[in-house]
This record gives sequence, C-alpha cells and structure tokens, in this order.
Amino acid sequence: MVDTALNTESAVADPLDAAPTVDKKPFWRIFVERNKLGTFGLVLLLLILLLTFIGPFFVDGNVKTDVSKIYAQPEFWGHPLGYDHSGRDIWAQIVNGGRSLIVVATVAAFIGTFIGVTFGALSAMLPGKFDTIALTVTDVVLTVPSIILLAVLAAFIKLDSAFLLILVLSVTAWPTLLLAVRAQVLSLKEREYVEAARMLDLGMARILFREVLPNMASYIIINLVFHISGAIYGQVILYFLGLVSFSGTNWGLMIQDAFRRGAVFNADSIMGLLAPMFMIVLLLWSLTLIARSLEDVFNPRLREL
Amino acid sequence: MADIAAPVSSSAAVTLEEKPRSAGGVAKAILGSFLLRRVLRAFLTVFFVSTLIFFLVRLMPGDPVQVYINQQMTQYGYSYEDAANQARSLFAIDTDQPKLLQYLDYLKNLASGDLGMSLTAAGTSVSSIILSRIWWTVFSVGTALLLSFALGSLIGMLMAYRRGGLFDGVMTTVGSLLSSVPNYILALLVIVLFGVRWEIIPYTKMRGSYSSGVHPGWNFEFFWDAIYHAILPISVYVLTTIGGWMLLMKSSTISALEEDFVTAARARGIPEWRVLIFYVGRNAILPLFTTLTISIGFVAGGSLLVEPIFQYQGIGSRLYESINQRDYPTLQGIFLVITISVVIANLLADLLYSRLDPRIRSKG
Repeated sequence: MVDTALNTESAVADPLDAAPTVDKKPFWRIFVERNKLGTFGLVLLLLILLLTFIGPFFVDGNVKTDVSKIYAQPEFWGHPLGYDHSGRDIWAQIVNGGRSLIVVATVAAFIGTFIGVTFGALSAMLPGKFDTIALTVTDVVLTVPSIILLAVLAAFIKLDSAFLLILVLSVTAWPTLLLAVRAQVLSLKEREYVEAARMLDLGMARILFREVLPNMASYIIINLVFHISGAIYGQVILYFLGLVSFSGTNWGLMIQDAFRRGAVFNADSIMGLLAPMFMIVLLLWSLTLIARSLEDVFNPRLREL
Repeated sequence: MADIAAPVSSSAAVTLEEKPRSAGGVAKAILGSFLLRRVLRAFLTVFFVSTLIFFLVRLMPGDPVQVYINQQMTQYGYSYEDAANQARSLFAIDTDQPKLLQYLDYLKNLASGDLGMSLTAAGTSVSSIILSRIWWTVFSVGTALLLSFALGSLIGMLMAYRRGGLFDGVMTTVGSLLSSVPNYILALLVIVLFGVRWEIIPYTKMRGSYSSGVHPGWNFEFFWDAIYHAILPISVYVLTTIGGWMLLMKSSTISALEEDFVTAARARGIPEWRVLIFYVGRNAILPLFTTLTISIGFVAGGSLLVEPIFQYQGIGSRLYESINQRDYPTLQGIFLVITISVVIANLLADLLYSRLDPRIRSKG
C-alpha cells in the first residue's frame, strides 16, 4: 500500500512534496470517501435531529385526546400517520417525542464518559489500593446485567425527574471505558514522550491532559457515541417498564402506552406502535453506523484493509 | 539500549524469570491461582450485589419494608408488632434490630437460600418461584447465546475471507442494522407484523413454555414442545446479537490473516482450508471470548422484556411482573439469582478461555 502510493506520487512530483498533500485532505472528506455507510448514518442522524429539534416549532406537541378520532384513518396533509388509541395525532407525537430522549441520553453518556475517563486514568496513575478498588467495582458493574440493574434501581428509586433518570442511566455507562482508558494510560505511560514529561516533573494532571488524553480522543469520542445509543436503549426500557414517572410526549412512552392498551393485537392501531419503534431503530442505527465509521477513520490499520 | 529503558527492561526480565519453563507443577500452581482468583472475584460480585440490594431495601428513603409495614397498619388495622412480624417473614429482614445486625442476618439468610416470601403470591417463597421459572430462561438464553456465537463468528469469518465483495458489503449493512435493533423492539415487530398483520406466525399458540397437554419429562414430545415454544424468544436473541459477532469476528479475522505465522504456514504449503481453520480461525476467535462474558449478561437482561412480550414463562417475565406489582422480595431475589447465574456463566467462559489461550492464565 505504501509502496504503490509512493510510486504513483513520485511519477508526478517529488515524493517529499506529495506526502503532505495526502494529509491536507480535510477530515470530513476522508470520512465521506472511506465510509459511504457512515455518511449515510450521519445524514440520517442530522435528519432525525432536524425533525425532533426544529420540527416542534411547526408541529404542535399538545396533542389532545379525541374520542371521535380513535384509530381514525390518516389524512395525507397534517396527519399522515393517523391517530392512536385515544384519538391523538401520531405524527405530532413523533415530531415532539424524540427531544427529551436524545437530550437525556446524551447528558447521561457524557457523565458516564467523564467517570470512565477520570477514574480510568486515575487508577492507571495511582497503582495500589485505589487501582484495586476501582477495578473491583468496575468488575462488579460489568458483570451484573446492566438492563436488570437499571430496572431494579429504577424500581426502588422513584424516577420523577430528568436528573434522576440521567443519574441512573449513567450508572451503567462507564465500566468498559474505564478499563480501556486504564489500559491505554498504562501503555502510554511507558512511551518516551510521557516518560520525558515525567522526568521534567511536569505533574500528573498536566501529563494526563496534555499527553495522554489527546492521544485517546478518538477512542473516547467513539465510546461516547456508543454510550449515547446505550442510554437510549436503556431509557426506552425504563419507559416500557413504566418506571419513569414524569410525563411528556416520548417515543418510549408511546410504545409502552400502545403495548399496555393491547394495540399490539389490534391491526388498526399498528401505526401508533410502528412509528415510534421505527424512529428509535433509525436513531440507533445512525449512531451505530457513525461510531463504526469513526472507528474505521481513526484506526488506520482497519482502514487500509 | 539497556541504559535508556532500564526500568522497563528489568521488569520484563523479572516476568520472564517468573514464567514456568517446563515444569508441570509450576504451570498447575499458576492455573490453580488463576482459578482461585476468578472464583474469589465471582464471590465478591455476588456479595456486592447482595449488599446493594440491602442498601436499596433498607437504607433508601421510602424503604419498601417500612412502606409495607405502614400499609398493613393503615389498611388492615394491624398493630405495629404484627405488621413488623409479617414484614420480617416476607423480606427475610428483622426490622427491630440495629441496621448492622439486620445486614448480617440478611446475608446469613441469603447464604442458606432463604430469599423471603412473595408479596403478591401469598404463601409462596421467592426461592420456589425462582426455581419454577429459571430453567426456562437458562435454556432459551443459553441456546440463543451459543447459536448466535457460532453462526455469527462463522459468517464473520466468511466476510473477512471475501472482504470487499458483495457478501461482505451486504452482511456489513445487515449486521450493523441488526446490532442496532433493540431486542424488545424486534420482539414487538415479530408479533405486530408477522403475527397480527400477516398472520404467518401462530404467536398465540407459541405462548408459554410448553403446551398444556404436554407433561414435563425426559421424552421427545416434551422436548420438541419446549423447543417449539422457545423458538420466538431464541430467534429474537440470536438476530439481535448476531450482527455484533459478525462484525467483531470479521475484524478479528482480518488482523489474524496478517500475522506472520499465517504467511509462514502458507509458505510451508499447508492446504488453504487448514490454514484458514486452524491457523486463522482458531486465533481469530480467541478475542471474542472476552466479549462473550459481556454478552451473557446482555442477553440475560434482554429476557426482562422479550419474555413478557412473547409471554414466555421464564424468570424475565416474572421479574417484569414483580416490577409492575412492586413485589420487592421477589424482585430482589430474582435480581440476585440472575446475577449469580451470569457470574457462573462468566466464570465458565473465563475458564474455557484460559484453556484455549494459555497466555491469559499468567496475565490474570
């Protein structure tokens, strides 16, 4: 691969000049060229964000129950998806039901990432008791099925605010990252430039933020995306179980509502269930595609193959 | 060289000397300590989870034991004594003692298998509820895990051998889509589309763990019936996890294909199929075992929603019911038992992994 690149470039110009032109390509162009699926995922995510964050300005989210419109047929203009079991417009619920889901998941993923990075780096930097305790706790949280842990926590703690929901969701979001950061820091610790920084007595925080973390940025970003989709997955489960006790329009709530009311078994009401499920799957798919493509771009070894 | 990296090389020398050369006794001792370490870790996990449960039940504001006692007093006019006595037998926790003694007592009860009594199914012990349900989940989840692991890594290997081709392209898209569909959504889709809309799958007949006319026992009829009823949950578990295995195995195989020993094997004229199976395949599948341990917990957790959707009578659907009915003793018992099952499964996967890859034993 390297040889062929050099040969073709040297035919045109001096190889020393040619090498930088390859690097000059902006990051997004490498992304688009290398990853058609990833670009598709990115466009999909942007469309979903557009719908859920800009859409509410045009579609009123205050859907009212209307007995005369229960399971009414869709009207192409204004109500393209029809009405649910209480005669509420499904399209309006779809447009307004994604915002809180996405925001809560993103905040929870950021908190989980923060915990994972901080404690992972700390336990690599402070071998001994701290490291042992951090590893043990990580091992426990990693072993317990996270969905069950989430559900049991939510059953005992009354989730009546977005804050508590975020807190519970972030409980399960850090262990893998902690282990990865710890392993990375441990291996980076031995590299010359970190060794050099340590010899210059630059201080642990400085070494961490200036030398170690920038090297891991790509990994952390990929993990963040995975954690966002994990938090969406977990959040919908909590809604499905009826364990989130503050209301509002929400895709997860729509599914739970439709399931509890037996909409599953009623052929007329399929839209009320299919539409939110479709949105959640699209959202998760777009996040997965983006995360995997970022992996490809950041990990040249995979890319070249 | 030795001057520059003095600390590193000296530590490397120490580990080299510690490695057993050939003596079987030393290797055995290391395996023994590896096993010991793993078993200890498993016990520690179970202990932590039991403590967490106690903390949630007794020390959180709005603790369910106190709520239960108050409820009994206000609703049925029991005296505090009577209500507390009832709570004691239901939760296997004595509320009159100091918290620390309660905790020790609670641990003692757990160790002897006493998980308390169900709040909703009067007179039934939590352990008997769990015993009647758990094997269905172990059966369906275990089968699904093995199937998905085997099929997924096979497809992933084929993708790597034919990478860049049509098969690889299609499967990469399918795999990423499958791995991002939550299992509960796929389960609902199966019922809504294939069951209700198109009426292809007789989902009402497939409910439950076995048909009412069939009696559990070691005969073919029961066996076949149990599989028939488990088909839907198993397919959902397999379909939602297989994508992950495919993609993981693909990248693992690709990096194994690059190894020097593969080139060397080819150069020695070893038949291609032998190289692919024994040189590439064997080494590519090793890293997947670490993910297997995480996957066990994930699929076991998935039963919480997949089982009630298909009305499969496993431990997941019972947990779903106890969450809905706020049956705390059952809830905590099932949580603990699922954790123990996952810990045991993890232990088995770890031991299997250490058998397959001796390097892991010394690293811990």
